[in-house]
Order: sequence, then C-alpha cells, then structure tokens
Amino acid sequence: MIIQFLYRAVLLGVPLLYGSTGEILTEKSGHLNLGIPGIMYVGAISGVTGSFIYENACGNDIANMNPFLAVIIPLLCTIVGSVVMGLLYCFLTVTLHANQNVTGLALTTLGIGLGNFLGASLISITKSEMPSIALTKTSSFFSAKLPFAENLGWFGELFLSHDFLTYLAIAIAIIVSVVLNRTRIGLNLRSVGENPATADAAGINVYKYRYVATCIGSAIAGLGGLQYLMSYATGVWSNNAFGDRGWMAIALVIFALWKPSVAIIGSFFFGALCNANNYISGLGTETQELFKMLPYVVTILVLIITSMRKKREHQPPLSLGLNYFREER
Amino acid sequence: MAKSNNSAEKNQHEPLFHIVKRDDMPQWQAWLIRIGTIIIAFLLVGLLSMAITQKSLTDTYELMFLGVFGRILENGSKTMLWKYFQEIAILLSLSLALTPAFKMKFWNCGAEGQALMGGLASIFCMIQFGNKLSYPVLITVIVITSIIAGAIWGVIPAIFKAFFNTNETLFTLMMNYIATQIIAYYVYIEGGGSNVINPVSEGTFPAVGDNDYFVNIVIVAIITVLMFIYLKYSKQGYEISVVGESQNTARYIGINVKKVIIRTMLISGALCGMTGMLLVAGKDHSINTKLVGGQGFTAILMSWLGQFNPFIMLFMTAIVIFLKLGVAKVADSSFLNSSFSEIIIGIVILMLVGCEFFIQYSIKFRHNNKEVKA
Repeated sequence: MIIQFLYRAVLLGVPLLYGSTGEILTEKSGHLNLGIPGIMYVGAISGVTGSFIYENACGNDIANMNPFLAVIIPLLCTIVGSVVMGLLYCFLTVTLHANQNVTGLALTTLGIGLGNFLGASLISITKSEMPSIALTKTSSFFSAKLPFAENLGWFGELFLSHDFLTYLAIAIAIIVSVVLNRTRIGLNLRSVGENPATADAAGINVYKYRYVATCIGSAIAGLGGLQYLMSYATGVWSNNAFGDRGWMAIALVIFALWKPSVAIIGSFFFGALCNANNYISGLGTETQELFKMLPYVVTILVLIITSMRKKREHQPPLSLGLNYFREER
Repeated sequence: MAKSNNSAEKNQHEPLFHIVKRDDMPQWQAWLIRIGTIIIAFLLVGLLSMAITQKSLTDTYELMFLGVFGRILENGSKTMLWKYFQEIAILLSLSLALTPAFKMKFWNCGAEGQALMGGLASIFCMIQFGNKLSYPVLITVIVITSIIAGAIWGVIPAIFKAFFNTNETLFTLMMNYIATQIIAYYVYIEGGGSNVINPVSEGTFPAVGDNDYFVNIVIVAIITVLMFIYLKYSKQGYEISVVGESQNTARYIGINVKKVIIRTMLISGALCGMTGMLLVAGKDHSINTKLVGGQGFTAILMSWLGQFNPFIMLFMTAIVIFLKLGVAKVADSSFLNSSFSEIIIGIVILMLVGCEFFIQYSIKFRHNNKEVKA
C-alpha cells in the first residue's frame, strides 16, 4: 500500500518535474514563461500525432513496429513541437519586446486549443466510439521496464520499475542543476537573468542566451506532456485530460526556490499530495474534492514563507519578467 | 574627440539595422497599425479556416457573420445578437475588474477564482433564502454577498503583496484552483452526489421582453462608464497610476502604497465577484466548476490590449467574441472541434501583441545611422 502510494506519487510527479525544470531554465534567463501549460499540451499532442502516424504506417500491428523508431519518433515530434512554441514566445518577447505575461497567457490559450483541436481531429479520423485515441502499442515501448526489477521486491518496484522517461527527467534535472551552478555557461545565464545590462557589458550575448534557454526549457517541458501521456495515461489521449498540471509545474518552480535539484523531491511531494485523497481511508467523494486543493495550498504557504524570510538565495532572478532593450538604460 | 569616434566607427562592424525606441507615435498612426493588424488577422483567419474546411473564402466569412448575427434556430425568430452582447458583457466585465489592478502593475491572474467565489455566494443565497425572503431583499442579499466573496478572494493575495511583497501572479493563480475545488465540493454536497445543481428559479434576474440577458448588459454598460471616470478623473485612479509607474515616487509624494494596493484589489475582486453573480443569477441559474470557463485569462489579455481604457477594451472584446462565436459556427458547420476558435483567438491576440512592437520601436537601417546619432 505504502509502496504503491509512493510509486504513484513518482508517476504523477514526473510531468511536473519536466515542466518545472524547463521553466526554471527559462526563468534563470529572466523570462517568466506562462505559456508552459500550453507548451506541455503541444508537446503531448505532437508526440501523439507522431506515434499515431507511425502506428498507422505499420498497419496497427505491434509485430511490424521497430521499438527504436516507436520511441524516437514521438520523442522527436514532441521536441520539435514544443521548440516551435518556445521560438514563438522568444520572438515575441525577446525580439519584439512584448509583455511576457500577456504573451505567455496567449500562448497557453493557443497551445491548449491546438492540443484539443488536433486531438479531436485524430479522434474523428479513427472513427472510434470513445472520445480518445489509444496508442497503447507505442506506450508499451515507452513503459518497457528493467527485466529484473520484479525480483527485487519493494526496492525494485519503487526505484527500478519506472519507464525510462522518469529516469530521463531526473537526469535532466541534475544536468540542468550542474550546468547552472558549476559551468561558465550557467554563470553567464544566471547573470543574464539577474542583470542583463551588466551581462551585456561583459560581452555576453543576452538575446542568444535568452533564446537558447527558453527553447531548451520549452523542449524539456514538452517532454513532460509526452511522459504523462505515455506512462500515466498509458497512451490514451483524451481532450483536456492533462488538466492544470502545467500551472502546477510553474508553482513547483517557486516551491523549489529555482533549484532543479530541489524540484526532483518537490515534484514527488506534489505527486503525493495530488494522490493523497485516494489513500486516506474513510474519505467521502466530497471531502476528496477538498483534499485536491492541497498542492495549491502548500504552494501558497511556500510563497508566503519565502517572501517573509527574504533570504537572498531564495529570491527569483532579479530581472525576471523584464525585457531587455540595450538602448534603454 | 570627434576624430577618435570616427576611427572607432571604422574599425567596428556596423549591424545592418538596429532598433530604436520611438519618442511618441501619433495616436492615429498607432491605430492605423492596430487596425491594419486586425484586418490582416481576419484575412489570415479566413484563409486558415478555408484551408481546413475546404470551403470558399466568401462562404467562410458568411458563416462567421451568421454565427454572430444569424438566428439561433434555422427558422426561429431569436437572433444570436443578444447572446453576442451577453458574451461581450461578461468578458468586458472581467476585463474591467482586472484593469485597476493591472494599472497598478499588480498581475491579478485570479479573476477566474474571484468570479467563482462570487458565483458561489449567489447560488448559495438563491438556494438557502430563495423561499424565505421577498424578491427585492433576496436580490440585495445576493448582490452584497457575491461582491464581498469576490473581494475577500482578491484581497488575500493583496495583503501579502503589500506587507511581504509576495509574488501575486502565482498567488492569485493558485487561489483559482482552491476556488475550483470549493465549488466542486459544494456542487457535490448540494447536488446530492450527481455533480449537477438543477437551475434555481428564485433570485434570478428578470427577462426584459424576450431578452434574458438585458439586466447583465445594462449593468456592465454602466460599470464601463463608471470605470472610465474612476480611472481617469478620480483621485484614487490617479494614485493607482502613480503606484503602477513607480512605488518610490508614490511614497515620495505621500501616497500610502500598502493602502492603495489593498483598496484596489478589493475593488478588482469585488467586480470579479459581481461578474460571477451575473453569470449565476443572470445567465446559468446554476453553478459548476466551468462557470467562468477560462475567461479570466482572456480578460487579462483584453485589459492589456485595451491599454487600460474601458472603451478600447469594449472594442477588443467585441472582436474576440466575434471570432469566438463566428469561428465556432465555421467549425460546427464542418464538424470540427470547437477548440478551433481557441486557436484562432490565440493567433489573433499574439499578432496584436506583436504589432505593439512597431508602435513603440522603429527599425533604423545602416545608411541613416549617422542621422540617428545626431
């Protein structure tokens, strides 16, 4: 029971980890990308479209499918889809100096619309009775587990029986953490987010850093959409199923105090909170609804506490949300 | 001095073009750019719909107009027009509610939650006191409670912003989801586990003629004018714009910044709560978690595109709702998903956001570089 609860917490937490790692990278460059929820939708639907086409090309027969291609095609589609959204955001905010909050929110509207529209179109192509697309074959490749994990009891179930995207998420979070804190590129990126004018004077190409950080961040966030779809939803896309996870990922950025390594633990904690209502015995359906607000309440508490303590290393990047225009001093 | 400048220029690589902030573009030129963008956007919308639905361009535009100005049923007498005005009223009301907060540079992303709490207060009063109070008393109670509910939901983040500088964007965002879960809880209890509350007849706004939404439209029209006056001619409106421009200046001239932040969010939340009431008592007569349906976010965009001017906001909401209803009709006629209109609205708003660049900045090419420097 406990093991299953923890397992589900990780399963629910990983999309949030992807989303928040991507957003941390973006925010470190000084851009608050509120388009992340939309980008995660686009990432998921791009993956769906890719694997849908591949499954159909193989005649919907699992025997014809090449495991490598079945995994790499949706993965690449997701990355391309989310990077395109990231580029759109960058073009408007970095190059055209548009307001970041407004651009991000419009991008979220666009992304969720795109996801639901393409999803509905694919559903109508399959002519199925159910309002969903089942890509269970592709999903089975994604959720391939280590063969010896089952023999290792609770240890195997908890640590070794996840899909590879889960381990990739943790690896990406650690890599981003190392790059941000231990390399020159990371130092430059942080300086761009803290004070772009100083960074510019030091010879750092502010626009390039912001473009690259936002686009890589979008790609990482998009993978979160794919992971949710392939592992949690076992390859079944239905409209609006992804829900508010994108916003929760943005909340997690604050919870993690802009540190990807903290986001790993934080995402599992959020996953546990999202799931707690199913594991506390004796709850009626109505009380379960109240329990679902736990992650949001916790985020607000973290927000308040960090703003009260005012520790310098716990603050957001100094110029977060501000566009940089060289001729404006 | 001039000599050294020249030699430095020769050694440097001059970029092909560079971007300069404009001093001030005349209003008519700025509007020419905006209206031009809207026309291009409409052309793009038509072409995009044409490509997807395989209908001719004129058919597409005809369908869009029918979706807004046509009749609800094929041969019925009721036109869509009232529905169009009703939708404008709700979105405009939310945008107006957000405007004082935005003018103060307080990113209130919580219109959704504040409206939901207002709606919850309305439906609660309608169900609890529906049979016990006379109609005028009941309406008064509904108005007061929903406004208070919205104001409370708005002022909580404002208090923390004022005293601890807590990030309001995320705080208000999280408050939305807490409100959503409270509604889900209430609907489950009140609906007896069915997740539906049947429409309540007590305490609803009266229909005028065959128009159910008349009261809503009139209320929002009045608020539009009042908000314009409040922001432009009142002392409080002036304080809001000073705090928005620079908090240090505000402190210097003796404005109590904390007080202004809290007072403005009370107004913003109260108006959102009232919009929730319009949705419950004036339209749905019931409540569910999708009552506001994401319009709280669209309202943020409207308020910003309207440049904090209520009448420009009216113009922008009219365009967006036109697209919403018109494109929904186009999508419906080709059995496309209604999310198509969300995509279109997203594209058009992004274009409008992008066109502001050409109003605020100009691009100078290499050959007139010297002129710029002088």
